[in-house]
Amino acid sequence: MLDAKIPAGKLDEKWTKYKGTVKLVNPANKRKLEIIVVGTGLAGSSAAASLGEMGYKVKAFCFQDSPRRAHSIAAQGGINAAKNYQNDGDSVYRLFYDTIKGGDYRAREGNVHRLAEVSTSIIDQCVAQGVPFAREYGGLLSNRSFGGTQVQRTFYAAGQTGQQLLIGAYQALERQVALGTVEMHARHEMVELVIIDGKARGIIARNLVTGELERHFAHAVLLCTGGYGNVFYLSTNAMGSNVTAAWKAHKQGAFFANPCFTQIHPTCIPVSGDHQSKLTLMSESLRNDGRIWVPAKQGDNRPANEIPEEERDYYLERRYPAFGNLVPRDVASRAAKERCDAGFGVGSSKQAVYLDYAAAIQRYGKAEVSKKNLGNVSAEVITNLGKEVVKEKYGNLFAMYEKITGENPYEVPMRIYPAVHYTMGGLWVDYELKTTIDGLYALGEANFSEHGANRLGASALMQGLADGYFVIPYTLGNYLADDIRTTSIPTDHPAFVAAEQKASDRINKLMSIKGKQTVESFHKRLGKIIWDKCGMARNAEGLKQAIEEVRALKAEFWSDVRIPGEINAMNPELDKAGRVADFIELGELMCLDALERNESCGGHFREEYQTPDGEALRDDEGYMYVAAWEHQENSWNLHKEPLNYEVVKPSQRSYK
Amino acid sequence: MQHYSMNLKLKIWRQKNINDQGHFEEYDVNNISSEMSFLEMIDVLNERLISEGSDSIAFDHDCREGICGMCSMVINGQPHGPWKGTTTCQLHMRAFKDGDQITIEPFRANAFPVVKDLMVSRTAFDRIIQAGGYISVNTGNAVDGNTLPIDKDMADESFAAAACIGCGACVAACKNASAMLFVSAKVSHLALLPQGAPERKQRVVSMIAQMDKEGFGSCTNTYACEAECPKEISVLNIARLNREYLNANLSGQ
Repeated sequence: MLDAKIPAGKLDEKWTKYKGTVKLVNPANKRKLEIIVVGTGLAGSSAAASLGEMGYKVKAFCFQDSPRRAHSIAAQGGINAAKNYQNDGDSVYRLFYDTIKGGDYRAREGNVHRLAEVSTSIIDQCVAQGVPFAREYGGLLSNRSFGGTQVQRTFYAAGQTGQQLLIGAYQALERQVALGTVEMHARHEMVELVIIDGKARGIIARNLVTGELERHFAHAVLLCTGGYGNVFYLSTNAMGSNVTAAWKAHKQGAFFANPCFTQIHPTCIPVSGDHQSKLTLMSESLRNDGRIWVPAKQGDNRPANEIPEEERDYYLERRYPAFGNLVPRDVASRAAKERCDAGFGVGSSKQAVYLDYAAAIQRYGKAEVSKKNLGNVSAEVITNLGKEVVKEKYGNLFAMYEKITGENPYEVPMRIYPAVHYTMGGLWVDYELKTTIDGLYALGEANFSEHGANRLGASALMQGLADGYFVIPYTLGNYLADDIRTTSIPTDHPAFVAAEQKASDRINKLMSIKGKQTVESFHKRLGKIIWDKCGMARNAEGLKQAIEEVRALKAEFWSDVRIPGEINAMNPELDKAGRVADFIELGELMCLDALERNESCGGHFREEYQTPDGEALRDDEGYMYVAAWEHQENSWNLHKEPLNYEVVKPSQRSYK
Repeated sequence: MQHYSMNLKLKIWRQKNINDQGHFEEYDVNNISSEMSFLEMIDVLNERLISEGSDSIAFDHDCREGICGMCSMVINGQPHGPWKGTTTCQLHMRAFKDGDQITIEPFRANAFPVVKDLMVSRTAFDRIIQAGGYISVNTGNAVDGNTLPIDKDMADESFAAAACIGCGACVAACKNASAMLFVSAKVSHLALLPQGAPERKQRVVSMIAQMDKEGFGSCTNTYACEAECPKEISVLNIARLNREYLNANLSGQ
């Protein structure tokens, strides 16, 4: 039986009690303990910096050329915190409740409450680091709303919140590099985990510039390697985002939890053609002011501006009057798909809906006229003033839209469509963020723990920084306190030799195939299978087919892939081949997990299980558990961690 | 928006590694859609090269959303290509027309050695940040975020400087390969905020010293950096950097 090790006691006292009684490591011993951090996004940078500050010897790894480039940097909208600065009824409990409900009752109460508790400290820490959050004229921090909530608790820095938070964490990390507590290895990729006597004791990393395999020892290994959205080929993830480190850990015994819980974000720029290499998100914050609609008539080909108000269907406002355009992501995405599938889609592909700012521009314009006491002014003046306000709030997003599509969103509504954005599933971890391998931890998007079956907007940044700044510094000590007598294990230990050999054999095997098809072409085909059959809507028959197709693709990949270049040199195609090979294996597990879960919840929508009005139909009797998969040779074993709701009473999620 | 297809002649810098001398190679690419991004056009070429049994062209890229700062390239003489305020990854092929010749080179600077083909090493920037581009505050030391009100205009100006993505286009654009715009953006970001005040003198002196040590050139105020910066970071930051540096030196740092 999987034990999440949630501390006993009242929900709001668990974390305080844990912190007060957890084992500590004294400063002299910290200096002797080595920690590896893989990945330098918000979770990895904040963990590496904080652990370095505490005095541990840290080695950090990232595949990019600098730790500052990790994909947390692309997060746009904001970060939630239960500060209640707006006096609108927010509290730790409400943030906890919104997150549990938003996750469709598939997350742990204990973890989520802790996340809500530490959320406020994150904002304080970031402000102290010099993160330039948006401010009001009075000089205090500004907030905005996000989907799935009715309070304003999102802190932001224009549409570049992730960038500013990551730069804050990166600077803290570089400060530790300068002080010598953190050793940074950029352009390195973890290709194998080293386990000695059942404990994670290091990694094999490939130097991506020289192709050399390197051995690195540590008393504990932290995987902060992000999500696996690129299994879909097209996603809003960065090109290099991958599951490889997590997958290597999984194959060595770390359980993988809820892999089918993936988030399809409702507002992305639609696909323009077969050449498409990735998708670009338009922040959820745009749904604060933008209105989403499609023509009321099927196949209406008129330009958006020529369709009169009464012939438009603001379908989110119609279906969900209480939350309107700010329903959670899974709900908004499904509603867009429903309209497009029914023939109401717009644009040349008909796989898009409108996100319209005309009303917001008028509203803001009139407010400016009143604020500036301009009296009677022309419609044009109102429109221009409104555009200026919108530009200040969302300027960078509008500019990005125009660069990609060539259309001016101040004049015509944006076309948007859902796209893969985030993965709630990930390595199974307990309350201490420890995986099922002793000494191996997973932080941020790489773990599965806080978002259940659907993540609310502005919560990923919160979780990444919570794990790195405020959770792991306590929980890791609890493990290392018992490890102070372990001296550094030399890397000529047989376990290191064997792990390096395994990594090297795999690389040699990949290079020796010398087939006909490119890595990219396999990745595209994998993405299409998973998107079509394990995407926004799934059904048993499709999933069974997908499993067969993925298995066939795997066999084809290992017999016909072509990788140019050399092993002992920089070789981006070889890097990509290793990642795609792992994505293929994960793809099969995702479909298996989706097939096994005979219910709909959050982002997992099984067509067989829906309410008469098309909402997700959960089965709490049968499926209120975390599905944690154990890897075996050619198959998986399912372990179930039951979810106990002691405080919140699960009900059908309603945003109407 | 009218979409069209084009045939192009590409002249691309190929260099095996840091020790190789490097050379230009020419490639014809056909049926490129105006809707593609510039990097997608190179993806198409790479797919062809791999199918033909050649080595693909190495280039840095990751987010493809203009924010990670990983992509580089000098396109027809301009870092990040012809569009103002745009990274290479966000440049789209409608910037070009049928029959165009496009020359693609890596960022050129002594402090940015070529790793392979169009990839360069920009670790010098990380070392400049290590020299002082931070506020020394350990996790857990912070007071409530609203304890310290900050003038909105100051916060906005600080944010505008902090928007730098550290791509190095400023260095590539400068005839002296100066890193002043990058350094000044970081110094400004932190100097404009009250949190950054305690370390501001030490910070500017250390960062400038590291910048010089890395081998970046001097600033002669041509403003090519601002013109090519994909985030349109203002050269006013350089003026602020000079003031900060002077103040720090006058007070004996």
